[in-house]
Amino acid sequence: MATLQKQADLLPPVVSTGIVGWLRKNLFDTPLNAALTLLALYLLYLTVPPFLEWALLKADWSGTRSADCSRAGACWVFIEVRLNQFMYGFYPVAQQWRVNLTVALLVVLVLPLFIKRFALKRWLAALILLVYPVIAFHLLVGGSFGLVHVETSKWGGLFLTLVIAVVGMVAALPLGILLALGRRAENMPVLKALCVAFIELWRGVPLITVLFMSSVMLPFFLPEGLNFDKLLRALIGVALFEAAYMAEVVRGGLQGIPKGQYEAADALGLGYWKSTFLVTLPQALKLVIPGIVNTFIALFKDTSLVLIIGLFDLLGSIQAANSDTNWLGFSVEGYVFAACVYWVFCFGMSRYSQWLEAKLHTGHKR
Amino acid sequence: MTVAQANGSPGSDRPMIELQGVHKWYDKFHVLKDINLSVGSGERIVICGPSGSGKSTLIRCINRLEEHQRGRILVDGVELTSDLKNIEKVRSEVGMVFQHFNLFPHLTALENCVLAPMWVRKTPRKEAEEAAMQFLERVRIPEQAMKYPGQLSGGQQQRVAIARSLCMRPKVMLFDEPTSALDPEMIKEVLDVMVSLAESGMTMLCVTHEMGFAKTVANRVIFMDSGEIIEENEPGAFFTNPQHDRTKLFLSQILNH
Ligand SMILES: Nc1ncnc2c1ncn2[C@@H]1O[C@H](COP(=O)(O)OP(=O)(O)O)[C@@H](O)[C@H]1O
Ligand SMILES: [Mg+2]
Repeated sequence: MATLQKQADLLPPVVSTGIVGWLRKNLFDTPLNAALTLLALYLLYLTVPPFLEWALLKADWSGTRSADCSRAGACWVFIEVRLNQFMYGFYPVAQQWRVNLTVALLVVLVLPLFIKRFALKRWLAALILLVYPVIAFHLLVGGSFGLVHVETSKWGGLFLTLVIAVVGMVAALPLGILLALGRRAENMPVLKALCVAFIELWRGVPLITVLFMSSVMLPFFLPEGLNFDKLLRALIGVALFEAAYMAEVVRGGLQGIPKGQYEAADALGLGYWKSTFLVTLPQALKLVIPGIVNTFIALFKDTSLVLIIGLFDLLGSIQAANSDTNWLGFSVEGYVFAACVYWVFCFGMSRYSQWLEAKLHTGHKR
Repeated sequence: MTVAQANGSPGSDRPMIELQGVHKWYDKFHVLKDINLSVGSGERIVICGPSGSGKSTLIRCINRLEEHQRGRILVDGVELTSDLKNIEKVRSEVGMVFQHFNLFPHLTALENCVLAPMWVRKTPRKEAEEAAMQFLERVRIPEQAMKYPGQLSGGQQQRVAIARSLCMRPKVMLFDEPTSALDPEMIKEVLDVMVSLAESGMTMLCVTHEMGFAKTVANRVIFMDSGEIIEENEPGAFFTNPQHDRTKLFLSQILNH
């Protein structure tokens, strides 16, 4: 009787060799694919070289006036001259260090959270969420600690965009979580109905309407003398609007958690809040990271809608500069610049979410 | 009977679990019918019966994962009512092991084990971790403590799940078909852990079709069919001399496999 020999482990067969193999497999494997590839190449040839020529090769980079631009390509002088306004709006130049300090402080505080073995993460996170906003508020608004008061009507540019986006995100996530939990509270029908009503109401109206109402209609309903800041009203509007969206994202995640997880937590005697915050919610949030980041990215771009209530965020201040009579005819440069800035932030968020998903991944991919 | 025993003071023979005339319905479906059962401290009960006969529902009523609608359920003298305090007290003293393990996938084996002691019993982390390591050693997988459930085999996961329950120092352990989701070669490692748990004197209620386990470990075997307890006997008599036709049919089906 022949003995069965154990076979040696073999390397997987090499399917594609080098660039040629890859091209053949992915771009030219059928006649139709080959034709589509050629068509795409032709379209790229038509659009990319002229754009690069305009944006880089024939562009003007230095100068102070519109006359310094040859107009053969892009006039980036326009952006350079107006950069301060695009970044800070009308925040007084002498006070702009306060904005820089606020941003730098946030970066310095957040960076250690990315260090793997940093032991005080919890405390730092609490500091960022509870103490930092107070510091940032006093720094930016002023009027205390010997700082000059800077009215929010002077805030603008990328700085204002970031204020609205960050406040919107930081407020919308916890609010959204509470709304999602409320909507799932089957044994508390009144609370559940309130949450459903809130979510459906805010999701049913466009953000532009919310902003318009908050800035134009609200003052009519408020009693005389009670007239709070326009920016604050917009912030509240954005936060509540985004919270409604966030609530549905989080609820989707909670629904994806198997019943067994709730039961195991119950069986161990963890009550509702402990079971939610230690067991089900962390898993649900991890499950919906793409959805959360999607909402954040949409929110970041939606901030540009504050233009209609007279707040000049990045896009708003660029549009304002476009109508400057000294600089007529450079709006394309302005919009390309705006697009690049928005893209950098949104792409950054997208990469961060992928990194976070990979980091939080435990166990085998199925 | 002395007064002390009647009052149920420590050392008395007050039953650990007592079900008196328990009924339960899912909507109109009568799933538990007049269940009467008393489990003494240190007793080991095996519950068997065809699929859908209400075995899971029965043991899930004991830690109130399911609510019963009529009758009384007492666990270590505490009656299960809608009072949340009582429910949480009972749950923290009754361990439960599920068919599909239900480990928390975002936590390591060790973190799974220390979660409830830290947050329910308020045990300091260090102490909870030391205790958890002892239990992981008892289920023979201390070397897997830092792994996530997704990185463990089914048998290993189930043993972590047992350790997780033991970390709460329960007075009773409930098992709902703990080996039926496992590959054959992993069943033994889980059963071995359950046998050694039985030998340590734990009060146990196991829903299982592992008849070898029932013969060696159980004090009593209970046979359920369509929501009723049909027959109840010590294992020797249960297997060699079943009284009811339904029991005979069931035994012939599972023993001929
Ligand atoms: N949540 C539920 N809602 C309605 N019916 C259920 C539910 N859970 C179980 N049942 C039904 O109750 C019966 C008993 O279920 P179960 O206790 O899981 O049986 P076993 O564990 O003995 O297989 C089954 O017929 C099942 O379909
Ligand atoms: Mg079952």
